[in-house]
Amino acid sequence: MTAKDLLPIALFAAVAALLPLFVTQNTWLNFAVFTLIICLAAQGWNILGGYGGQYSFGHAAFFGTAAYATAILQMRYGMNAYPAFAVGVAAASAVGAVIGFLSFRSGLRGSYFALVTLAFAEVFRVLANASEVTGGAAGILIKLDVRPANFQFDSRASFYWIALGLVTAALVVTRALERSRLGAQLVAVRENENAALALGVDALRVKLSAIALSAAITGAAGALYAQYFLYLDANIAYGTWISVEALLAPIIGGAGTVFGPVLGGVVLHGLSEFTKTLVGRIPGLDLVIFGVLLILVVRFPPREIPGLIRMWRARR
Amino acid sequence: MRSYPPEIIGEAVLNGLLTGAIYGLVALGLTLVYGVLHIINFAHGALLTLAMYAAFVAWKVFGLDPYVAILPLVPLFFALGYGVQRLVIMPASKGEDSNILLVTLGLSIVIENVMLAIFRSDTLSVQVPYAMEVVELGPMLLGFPRVVGFGVAFLVAAVLFVILTMTDTGRAIRAVAKERTGAALVGIDVKHIYAVTFGIGTACLAVAACLLLPFFYVNPRVGNAFVLVAFTIVVLGGMGSVPGALLGGLFIGVMESLSGLYFGESLGQIGIFLIFILVLLFRPTGLFGAKA
Amino acid sequence: MTAFSPSRRTVLLGAAAALAAPRIAGAQPAAVKLGILQPVTGALAQDGEYGRLGAELAINEINSTGGIRALGGARIEMVFGDARSNPEGGTAEVERMNSEGVVAVVGGFASPICLAASQAASRYDLPYVVDVGVADTIVTRGLRNTFRFGPGFGKVTSGALDNLVKINEAAGKPARTVVVVHEDGLFGSGMARLMQNELPKRGFEVLETISHPTPARDMSNVALRIRALNPDLIIPSSYYAEFVLLSQTLQQRRIRPKGIYCVLNGAASNFRFVREFPQAANLVMDVNHWADPRKPKTAELRRAVEAQNRFWLYNTPLNYSAVMLVADALERAGRADRAAVIDALGKTDGSFTRHIMPYGPTRFENGQNQAAQAVNTQVINNDIKVIFPEEFADARPVFPWPAN
Repeated sequence: MTAKDLLPIALFAAVAALLPLFVTQNTWLNFAVFTLIICLAAQGWNILGGYGGQYSFGHAAFFGTAAYATAILQMRYGMNAYPAFAVGVAAASAVGAVIGFLSFRSGLRGSYFALVTLAFAEVFRVLANASEVTGGAAGILIKLDVRPANFQFDSRASFYWIALGLVTAALVVTRALERSRLGAQLVAVRENENAALALGVDALRVKLSAIALSAAITGAAGALYAQYFLYLDANIAYGTWISVEALLAPIIGGAGTVFGPVLGGVVLHGLSEFTKTLVGRIPGLDLVIFGVLLILVVRFPPREIPGLIRMWRARR
Repeated sequence: MRSYPPEIIGEAVLNGLLTGAIYGLVALGLTLVYGVLHIINFAHGALLTLAMYAAFVAWKVFGLDPYVAILPLVPLFFALGYGVQRLVIMPASKGEDSNILLVTLGLSIVIENVMLAIFRSDTLSVQVPYAMEVVELGPMLLGFPRVVGFGVAFLVAAVLFVILTMTDTGRAIRAVAKERTGAALVGIDVKHIYAVTFGIGTACLAVAACLLLPFFYVNPRVGNAFVLVAFTIVVLGGMGSVPGALLGGLFIGVMESLSGLYFGESLGQIGIFLIFILVLLFRPTGLFGAKA
Repeated sequence: MTAFSPSRRTVLLGAAAALAAPRIAGAQPAAVKLGILQPVTGALAQDGEYGRLGAELAINEINSTGGIRALGGARIEMVFGDARSNPEGGTAEVERMNSEGVVAVVGGFASPICLAASQAASRYDLPYVVDVGVADTIVTRGLRNTFRFGPGFGKVTSGALDNLVKINEAAGKPARTVVVVHEDGLFGSGMARLMQNELPKRGFEVLETISHPTPARDMSNVALRIRALNPDLIIPSSYYAEFVLLSQTLQQRRIRPKGIYCVLNGAASNFRFVREFPQAANLVMDVNHWADPRKPKTAELRRAVEAQNRFWLYNTPLNYSAVMLVADALERAGRADRAAVIDALGKTDGSFTRHIMPYGPTRFENGQNQAAQAVNTQVINNDIKVIFPEEFADARPVFPWPAN
């Protein structure tokens, strides 16, 4: 990794870090923090799905595990928020490795892998909804005690910078992966697993490393969510909504690219915020517009728009 | 573990079979589309919701009994499915799996929320004179609408089987499912066959919707209740296998019924997912040995 | 005469102008902005719509009867926010409402939304009045800004148990055995645990506790087990669609216990259920929020709601009352200031009478209205009647069910 590799990331971080100086309204900062949390979850998905070509439909399993671990350790075992955060991330990574081991060892790929991850997330959701330690269906609250030592801040801006720091760290990790041997092997597995095996790549180990890293990053998003909203229940932590968010953003923004998930996350959330203000009282209409735009974005990907315009001009 | 008298267990098994046949019908469309187009249709649940609203409107506005509404809705939903595949999914997906996934997801968001905007989120149901009728089988009582659903589901599967094995279109569908390049080479219009398959899958949903409505309800999210089960059944029966979907549906129905009886309805749900995971991990071609 | 009358008219007009002068001189007082938070999209949209309706009716009534008098007749301006059926949505809308300068927020409906939204509001010392959310944790977190006019879960369920014993005793103790049916979410599970612990202490035998998921696809097996157990009483706690399925299935399988006694049930206090399934709904009892049937205002409000072709649900009177509570606090605070409103809300007493809930004199303790309670309702002759406690009742309980 060279300085040139890091320059765009540094530039992005520096520009984004200035936002709270211009946007002081908490409405917008709150929106920005939530968007960054989704971007972080999406960056995790991108490692496995974008670089590794393994489309997971169950990243909620990692998001939720870290979120619950963070909350439970604080509330039931009195652990400080920062180590609890770290343990949460580690727990998510471990869950990722186990799910990965079971599914990759059985040779699941493509649609089959997507379905098995979806099912794992659902099992977690049902269990979290029924078990005592997660607070069951009543959910779990992290006690409101606004002190930086508790990972709770008075100003939304502080949270914004922390979320931005984590997103930036994930960008650096992604860039480092791209430049590493592991990254190259991962892409080789994505492009043609049999060929990679023939070249002596240990595909199982490569995919396992990818899913553990992927789960850790998405887990960080989950732990941050818990710390920011201070409330969790099974549908929030393990619901399909986060699995879908985590995969939509990178695919829209460009799967297997460093900035794809962030770009996609910002575009998606900007879009949904925009459509929300566009229509008034009829419930659901904004989401209809969102759905139509989603289909249109897939039909005419932003990266192809310059080409389409050239084609159109040439035809004239 | 609790023990139950045999007539309770017997009735639970029968209930499971009745519900399972409907599950199978929902899964039928999904497995057919997967077998031929090799896509996972995430709009399947939303299309079921749409069909249920269509059946509701047919009853409310035109006074059609849901069973009678099958007749106009099947061609209507065939056309809808054909159009959606031809005009939306195919052009937008450009043959890429990830695009198909996004487009079908987008479609489901659109359908669900159009229904929300029109009908609001109220839970609606139809009132038909036979809703409370029962079929008595010795000491066991079976809901009449469920028994009808069971019979019609098998009828639909039989009709589908005949279409697939005895008509030119059916043979073309199977040819495309096996070897799409080869099929294209012998002059089969693959795009047309794709759209026909999607249309048949959607028409199956229209039948399922009309069978469900007399004993169920409809709201904008109702399809989600069935779609995960349908995925499980598709995997269990072997992705792309028509008899597998029906057998898988019956099996899941009975499993759900019995595990509900013994472990409680909520944890019974986990049973379904565990089967799903175990089958995927250890026998991804499905329990009934269909092709991968 | 003709020459005289214009001048006479001028005099009268002048007098009228003189009377109106102070108001013109003082100009129209600035409107007070009130945040109304409801989930009107997503899974809870149906409830959110009915909550919004209640808030709108209250605001219209306040504005058409002279506004907030202590603020020179200031009108209340609604700032509506869609919580989108999830806590993030609620938080985002509270942030927006805060930036628009609302003086208080009313609503939330579901407990998770209320928990997150009231917490977001507490950052700005913004008063938050919960409309429905019953989780006990909402008022036990020590948030100064959060108030709940309605009862919490513990109060509802303990009341439900006490009332059950009284109704059973009054009828000569016909019921002894019970089957509890509950959804496996927030309401149902907690309720089931409580029933299992408390019912035996009160002389009932719980034969079995049956849980089901939401959404449930089938209730045949639940009905089957109930038939095998043959309990005197069924106690369900489920959301609307599941209870409709259950009661229909029970009716279809000809299962007729001595009573169905619901707690916080989504359907048994819902007129849609009563209208669409009159047979299945007949004589079902529920312990739930319900408007005070003896207040004339209740009937007036119900007519207004039904004139809009809507059903009469508890969300509407609860939100109506919560908005009236804020208006009352504004009158006593004398200024549209958040801290003053929090202070006034905490000091609310029996002089607050513009609400339509069947509660005694209002008294807040740690943000919870101590007088709040749920009441027992029963579907009688296609209407939902209050049957208990007696001081609010407009009908007598029909229990045990007559044999037919």
